Amino acid sequence: MSFWKYTNPNKFMAISGTLLPGFSILTVVLISIGLIWGFFFTPDDFRMGSTVKIIYLHVPSALIAINTWFVMLIGSLIWLVRRHHVSVLISKSAAPIGLIMTIVALVTGAIWGQPMWGTFWAWDPRLTSFLILFFFYLGYIALWQSVVNHDKIADLASLLCLVGSVFAILSRYAVNFWNQGLHQGASLSLDKAENVSNVFWFPLIISIAGFLCLFVTLLLIKTRTEIRLKQLSKVLTIKKLG
Amino acid sequence: MLTLLKRDLTLAFRTGSSLTLGIAFFLILLVIIPLSLEPSKKILITIAPGIFWVGVLLACLLSLDRIFQLDIEDGTLEVLSISPLPIEGTILAKTLAHWLTTCLPLILLVPIVSILYGITKEGAIWIIISLLSGSPALSMIGAFAASLTLGLKRGGLLLSLLVLPLYIPTLIFGTEVIRKSMMGLPVTTPLVFLIAITASSIAILPILTGVAIKINLR
Repeated sequence: MSFWKYTNPNKFMAISGTLLPGFSILTVVLISIGLIWGFFFTPDDFRMGSTVKIIYLHVPSALIAINTWFVMLIGSLIWLVRRHHVSVLISKSAAPIGLIMTIVALVTGAIWGQPMWGTFWAWDPRLTSFLILFFFYLGYIALWQSVVNHDKIADLASLLCLVGSVFAILSRYAVNFWNQGLHQGASLSLDKAENVSNVFWFPLIISIAGFLCLFVTLLLIKTRTEIRLKQLSKVLTIKKLG
Repeated sequence: MLTLLKRDLTLAFRTGSSLTLGIAFFLILLVIIPLSLEPSKKILITIAPGIFWVGVLLACLLSLDRIFQLDIEDGTLEVLSISPLPIEGTILAKTLAHWLTTCLPLILLVPIVSILYGITKEGAIWIIISLLSGSPALSMIGAFAASLTLGLKRGGLLLSLLVLPLYIPTLIFGTEVIRKSMMGLPVTTPLVFLIAITASSIAILPILTGVAIKINLR
């Protein structure tokens, strides 16, 4: 028995079906605890006032937005090497979630930036990289929408994901080189001194866990839909031929 | 490969439209932008590096879908893909033809147009160096993106959307070379990055483009 047995669509459907309710409940619980605790039971920051609370939406969504691309990259690689349909469908389903998370991160950042930096937008490296990430997601999704032939477009989209990953990393460094930053450093890192203080830290961790569960839930739902769509289209073609 | 290159160049020169379209676009852009700003030399010099690069980039974008489109419609590409010449060779020849007919004429225009922007001789030389070392990457990346949208009838918008984020590193390092040189700072770092992008795209992207074309012809 190996890990690859889960790439069988039927196995995947069975397992994801049992996992899905658990993850959905976990998502609701964690996000409500994280956000309610964060919004109503933490003190205002002495410099930023109550605007600090947008961190509970901004940081988790930004984290998910970046890491979704890695999920897509791994899914694409597995598809190109081993041609498991589930993996490429996961990549396909992950892209819209990543796009939405990128938009949430950009919008919450802009709302926070207006009172704090005095501007909705600045051409800061982090902000610019996120805008570029947004375009990568858009291109990837648009490519998926373009052609009817599934396997062909799966190959092409995976190829784009590989090349896109290299160029996304390259853009990150190029943008860093191009402009000095306005954005603060990492809110969460292993280096304790950089971190936000404990009062903000615990609800933030819970809210990140909640967003992670939200990502998994949405991904499972979307992938299950895609698998069903594929099975359905197969049934329809067989009916048409028969 | 040479024959193929010669064929593509002849086709481009005889048709003429794609060649002149890029040049006309570039000139119009470069003339219209000073007219839309206040005509002070200081502003023009600060925006010049960006404008030159954006001009070349957009002119390049304009002709990207032509790299493969005509050849796939009349079946030439299919014949080429089963010919003894490896598909990577075909792609390199076609990309080179695209660069020679789109980017090179624009680079040759730089010395003349830079007079309009009040750029010094050294400045113009740096613009040319930066464009010469960066624009082959534009053609190569463009060829890759064009190969992804090969099967589509109207892939123009999708092609632009795919190419846009891929062009960003080249654009940033390219303009950075010119900006640094104009401020009298050392240009080594961005120039090395720019050449590295060009060299590695020419080395790697033909293979991936070949894969994409094979997928599309399947």
